[in-house]
Amino acid sequence: MAKLKYRPINLGRWLVWGGTALVMIILPLILTAGFTLTLLSQIGVGIIFALSYNMLLGQGGMLSFGHAVYSGLGAYFTVHALNLISQGAFHFPVTLAPIIGGLAGATFGVIFGYVTTKKAGTTFAMISLGIGEMVFACSLMFAGFFGGEAGVSTNRVMGQSFLGITYGPSIQVYYLIVGWALVCMAAMYAWTQTPLGRMANAVRDNPERAEFVGYDTHMVRFLTLVLSGFFAGIAGGLSCINYEIVTAENVGAAASGGVLIATFIGGAGFFFGPIIGTIVFFTMVTAVGAMTKAWLFYLGLLFLIMVLYAPGGFASLILMHVPVIKARLMRRLLLPYAAALVTGAVLMAGLVSVVEMTYHFSLEAGTAPGMKLFGFAFNVTSATPWTVAVGLLIGGFVISRFAWAAVGRAWADIVHILQDRAVV
Amino acid sequence: MEFFLISMLNSVSYGLLLFMLSSGLTIIFSMMGVLNFAHASFYMIGAYFAYQLSGWLGFWPALVCAPLLVGIVGMAVERYGLRTVHKYGHVAELLFTFGLAYLIEEAVHLIWGRSSVPYVIPPSLEGAAFTLFSTDYPLYRVFMMVVSVSMLIGIYLTLTRSRIGLVIQAALTHPQTVETLGHNVPRVFMLVFGGGSALAGLAGVIGGNAFITEPGMAAAVGPIVFVVVVVGGMGSLAGAFLASLLIGTLQTFSVALDYSFADLLAKLGISIGPDTPLAALWDLTIAQTGPVLPYLLMVLMLIFRPKGILGTREG
Repeated sequence: MAKLKYRPINLGRWLVWGGTALVMIILPLILTAGFTLTLLSQIGVGIIFALSYNMLLGQGGMLSFGHAVYSGLGAYFTVHALNLISQGAFHFPVTLAPIIGGLAGATFGVIFGYVTTKKAGTTFAMISLGIGEMVFACSLMFAGFFGGEAGVSTNRVMGQSFLGITYGPSIQVYYLIVGWALVCMAAMYAWTQTPLGRMANAVRDNPERAEFVGYDTHMVRFLTLVLSGFFAGIAGGLSCINYEIVTAENVGAAASGGVLIATFIGGAGFFFGPIIGTIVFFTMVTAVGAMTKAWLFYLGLLFLIMVLYAPGGFASLILMHVPVIKARLMRRLLLPYAAALVTGAVLMAGLVSVVEMTYHFSLEAGTAPGMKLFGFAFNVTSATPWTVAVGLLIGGFVISRFAWAAVGRAWADIVHILQDRAVV
Repeated sequence: MEFFLISMLNSVSYGLLLFMLSSGLTIIFSMMGVLNFAHASFYMIGAYFAYQLSGWLGFWPALVCAPLLVGIVGMAVERYGLRTVHKYGHVAELLFTFGLAYLIEEAVHLIWGRSSVPYVIPPSLEGAAFTLFSTDYPLYRVFMMVVSVSMLIGIYLTLTRSRIGLVIQAALTHPQTVETLGHNVPRVFMLVFGGGSALAGLAGVIGGNAFITEPGMAAAVGPIVFVVVVVGGMGSLAGAFLASLLIGTLQTFSVALDYSFADLLAKLGISIGPDTPLAALWDLTIAQTGPVLPYLLMVLMLIFRPKGILGTREG
């Protein structure tokens, strides 16, 4: 019989949140390379955006293909507000300016959400796509508000400095983002514990029963979307302060697709999943994007592999090892994992070679047939590198299948052992 | 009158092309419940395959081979991709096709580069078919209509007269019963997915050279096809047909009409200056609003008739 527990202080939770805050504050002091601050700011804004997206996908079961509408319009309203403030039309601190974006996002959530949230599932997905396309098409029509091709730019440094904070140096903007990110993370986590958050889960899992109990599923989805639009708008406002420019791309399909990919590869089923996903996503975009033009291909491939083999995302991959580590069975997995890692590396090497060589071949086979890959210099028009690359790809595929079969067997054993122990 | 007739013909040919895309999407959706996000990507690779094959074999063999190849790709996608994620539900399937669309677009970038390829109308189909008043109507547009209409008749006959068509129709509503009767339903699904992809591929073969063959063509057409399916009613072939023609007409006519509200109000004696409230809205011409109209139609449809023109179910 389970005992009721009263725990006034949840130590683990305080540790996790405190640790997160500490890491976010200390990181720019440790990593001082030029691009890290840009990357960290991007990740901070991205975390708010991805968590707001997960209010829909993870908590409410609504797959949206047009979430950038709310963040993008939030960014546009913030940029116009900032321009008005600097002209002296009204007074408002820049520190709180993202709230303007949030209110704009929530307002558009009210306008669009009423139509889109009538149904969940496939219908919602299609309508959100349609709304996203509609807003993007509008951005080219109303050049006055959306700034046409060039976008709208602003200057975040205005007014008198307060305690030396001007938001001129980007480190100050980073700490502004960290502050907002922590507040938004806490608020969104708190939301999952409210009755509305719980009802959103119920409506996601079984709308019929939720309606039978007496809840209006449309209303629950609608309120979830408005709140999600609010937080997305805050993310948009922060990105406006960060970049000092807002273009039509902010409301475009690529931005909506990006947040979906980040959230999903992190794990939509867990609150912290989107945070992991955002970190992986932006690190990959920055790091892989710096190395190769085919980064979108690798990102798409990673996404497909996650959808096929790990639909719970990285978060579920991490969490599924917790009971194994607790039961001290991890060593049974180490050898199969090592085998999978080595064979996977061969497969990856083959795949990367084929992709990069194809790219080089289609782009500049005529002008510059020589290329360098993994430290080898070779001619892309000759047959030998192709044979090696395709050989690596096929060989890697075959041997990694053996390795993964071993991983599968090891897991089956562990599950057996855990079940036996649970029975005893 | 001349403008109206020519635009009408263009609308019909564009609408029929849209129908070739939306029919495949509708059949796949109503059978398997999968909204294929990568459908427009099959349209794109159809055009690229046709470009490659017509360079090697000529246009006419490419017209037959390219859709077949796309169909084979589609079947492989169903067999090795969709069937794996089927157990996780429809959202996972949708996500899979979403990722696939990304991957196909990048693969096209990899193989054929980022700019458009010179996929042109074959010489035998160049020139005018007939002259209407003073405008020469291009032969290729007529060819497009002929291919689309014969395809339409082909689908209709296959679905209603052939044995496999009857199995497909039965599997639409009662997949378990059909399986109990000894038909291999997963294989039927695979064939349907391949067939739908092949249709999209065929649309790409004849649309790619009429418009432009570039890596962005899937992203340009994809959302419109979704609008067609929603407006027509999810899972209704006849609805998709009507909606295709409707949206084809809407898009063709809107780009040609250069009138704005301000013009209309000026005729009524009200002048609109730059100081008038909402001046940006009044000065918009119909041509400028063209890209938004299909989506606006979709949103209005969802508010007033959520099941679409001929749909039988909501959502």
